[in-house]
Amino acid sequence: MKTSECDIVIVGVGGQGVILISDVIGRAAVKAGKPVRGAETHGMAQRGGSVINHTRIGCRFSPMVASGGADVLLALEPAEALRFAHFLSPEGVALVNTTAVLPVTVTTGKSRYPALQEILAPLREVCKAVAPMDAIAIAKQAGTAQAMNVVMLGALSRHIPLSEDLLLAALADVVPPRYLEANKKAFALGKAEVE
Amino acid sequence: MFVREYLLGNVAIAKGLLEAGVEVAAGYPGTPSSEIIEALADLKGDLPLHVEWSVNEKVALEVAAGASWTDARAAATMKHVGLNVAADPFMTLAYLGVGAGLVVICADDPFCHSSQNEQDSRRYAEFAAIPCLDPADPKEAKEMAVYGFELSEKFNVPVMLRPTTRVSHARADVDALEARPGRGRQQFIKNPARRVALPVHARPLHTELLKKQAAIEEALQSAPWNRLELKGDAGIIASGISGLYAEEAIQDLDLDVSFLRIGTYPMPSLMIRQLLENVSRVMVVEELEPVVEEQVERLARKVNPAVEILGKDGPIPREGELDFLVVRNAVARMLGRAEKPALRVAAAEKILPPRPPALCPGCSHRATYYAMRKAFGKKAIYPSDIGCYTMAIGMGTVDTCLCMGASITLASGIRFGGETEGICCSLGDSTFLHAGMTGLLNAAYNKARITVTILDNSTTAMTGHQPHPGTGVTATGESTVQVSLEALAKALGAGLVETVDPYDLDKAIESFQKAKEFPGLSVVIARQPCVIKTRRCGAGRKSFAVGEDCAGCQICVDFGCSAIEFENERARINALCTGCGVCAKICPSAAIQEVRR
Repeated sequence: MKTSECDIVIVGVGGQGVILISDVIGRAAVKAGKPVRGAETHGMAQRGGSVINHTRIGCRFSPMVASGGADVLLALEPAEALRFAHFLSPEGVALVNTTAVLPVTVTTGKSRYPALQEILAPLREVCKAVAPMDAIAIAKQAGTAQAMNVVMLGALSRHIPLSEDLLLAALADVVPPRYLEANKKAFALGKAEVE
Repeated sequence: MFVREYLLGNVAIAKGLLEAGVEVAAGYPGTPSSEIIEALADLKGDLPLHVEWSVNEKVALEVAAGASWTDARAAATMKHVGLNVAADPFMTLAYLGVGAGLVVICADDPFCHSSQNEQDSRRYAEFAAIPCLDPADPKEAKEMAVYGFELSEKFNVPVMLRPTTRVSHARADVDALEARPGRGRQQFIKNPARRVALPVHARPLHTELLKKQAAIEEALQSAPWNRLELKGDAGIIASGISGLYAEEAIQDLDLDVSFLRIGTYPMPSLMIRQLLENVSRVMVVEELEPVVEEQVERLARKVNPAVEILGKDGPIPREGELDFLVVRNAVARMLGRAEKPALRVAAAEKILPPRPPALCPGCSHRATYYAMRKAFGKKAIYPSDIGCYTMAIGMGTVDTCLCMGASITLASGIRFGGETEGICCSLGDSTFLHAGMTGLLNAAYNKARITVTILDNSTTAMTGHQPHPGTGVTATGESTVQVSLEALAKALGAGLVETVDPYDLDKAIESFQKAKEFPGLSVVIARQPCVIKTRRCGAGRKSFAVGEDCAGCQICVDFGCSAIEFENERARINALCTGCGVCAKICPSAAIQEVRR
């Protein structure tokens, strides 16, 4: 029996704005009157490490998405998409920003960063669809590379049971007013990307 | 009127404290507890509420106890290992009791997401014989924060609220009420028999504490967080967040099983008995220690010795976190249903580079450790401590990490144990003020010939940049006395105290050299504000680039800053550079130069 309406796993690297995406979804879900749960990474792991956020819309249980249970994997960084691919349901979709952030193990020459295709191919095997996008380039079109996470949120909006109106209202709650227009544009461009 | 919000567990707890009319809240930062005090400081507004970052957890609990004894509702916040520091007042407060309600919020961290161990604080509550409330989610955490005060006042005993990482750092839709203003201006009422723990007072108070346990249990029996549903011959008992994993498993598998959710300690024995009388098999689902399981076993011997009890000896691990799949599969196995294996993606395990947490680009700790190692050499011993700098383990300057402040005392013991090499230990400014000062005093008094490095980034960085007595700012942003680390180190007996700017590498190496040669206790204070804070303040930064002279020696790459990459046999500085300029100083070819913009 289904235990959640929509399970989302958002991954990236500390500082990329993973928590903001979950915060917008959570606030929009509250506006929609749906129960919502989230789980965040704080503390030590945030320092340049992998960051994972679980968000469950229409769920009254724990905030943690189960392995094989995510309807959507939203990855702000390609290697992190593959690192957390085991959360994807076979029916799920992966939305992947293609710009790599090199970990210190790579910059110091201890490990190799795989080519994008090496990441996307195994990802395609575990889920229904993978949508790669250069969210940084799209965010720059909207006026600021900083809005990369909001581009990804726009793309995500195609796959979650929350209306655009509520998501944009929630976005306005968390983004400083002077950046709101650029962020709304980033949202629209991200949404158009997966049309 | 309530407002429904999407709240972080710790913020929900803060809202609960405010709804209960808390008047004094004190804590020391520690993941996953830090946001409670931060939220209180944010939400306090005009309320007559004292919120403080205390110097350590023992101090926080004693400040809260003093307030409680002055008839002001009080809370102390800490992480699980912080309760070890506060254990002294914690144990005896249970005897002496409270004035107004006193809630000790102790956040546990199963799986050590950001901790040095995964101890289970429910054991501490049991040890002290005080009630413990074990929330499953932010909503329960908020309600329990409110109820904790009532329970504390009713039974004249401190109450523990014990969220775990997945509660404190979870978010959920929570209904929050308005803050209730405290009553303001109370008085301390003298009562030696209840406030002075002389043996003659402690003995009867211990008897009294033990006697009230039954009444506390009876009161908790009907608490909304203990729920029993009887159906079917198999049972599940689950506590805290494990209760949610179990409920999800029951729905996912569409089961008819008897189910008992436990949210309080002392546990609802009557409910456990009732369940045991009605089942032939029962699984106990809880994270970490078998606290519930032991009670279930004790009661089963009296009620139904034939019942089969599954738990820590079988399907439920005693270490780490549980999750839905672990619990679902354990339940499925018990009932002969199909298990759902956790997915593994082979390519992820094979081709992905690890991404461990690391010091930030431009972090001054890296420069300090570089200078320290240049002066002290490879053979020296480098005890370290709890903070961001523990992540410098790859630099060869972190030989130990035990608990807050232990760098100095371990260094002393290593010297007294017979080590003859140089010993240079390091700890952060906040850690030094928390538990390093006594160690430094002890090192001076007992003539330990060691060097103590205080990595002073003028904040408590790891836990999210909380102020401390060295910063001149309080938890609520008021300015206050700024304590001098140099004056403290001298007063505690250090023979040599040097202050260096770690970005000024040559001078820093010189100071470490001087400290190494000093025939006594030396202290080096390496001072440079945390780069994250500097960046947030929008301070202008220099730009650096690698020029034609790069010989590809990789000395800068080995320095380990993530702003330095190596491609096509040459170093390259990427956009993460904060402009500290240390790499330019260590480059033997002078190939890294400042770029004028």
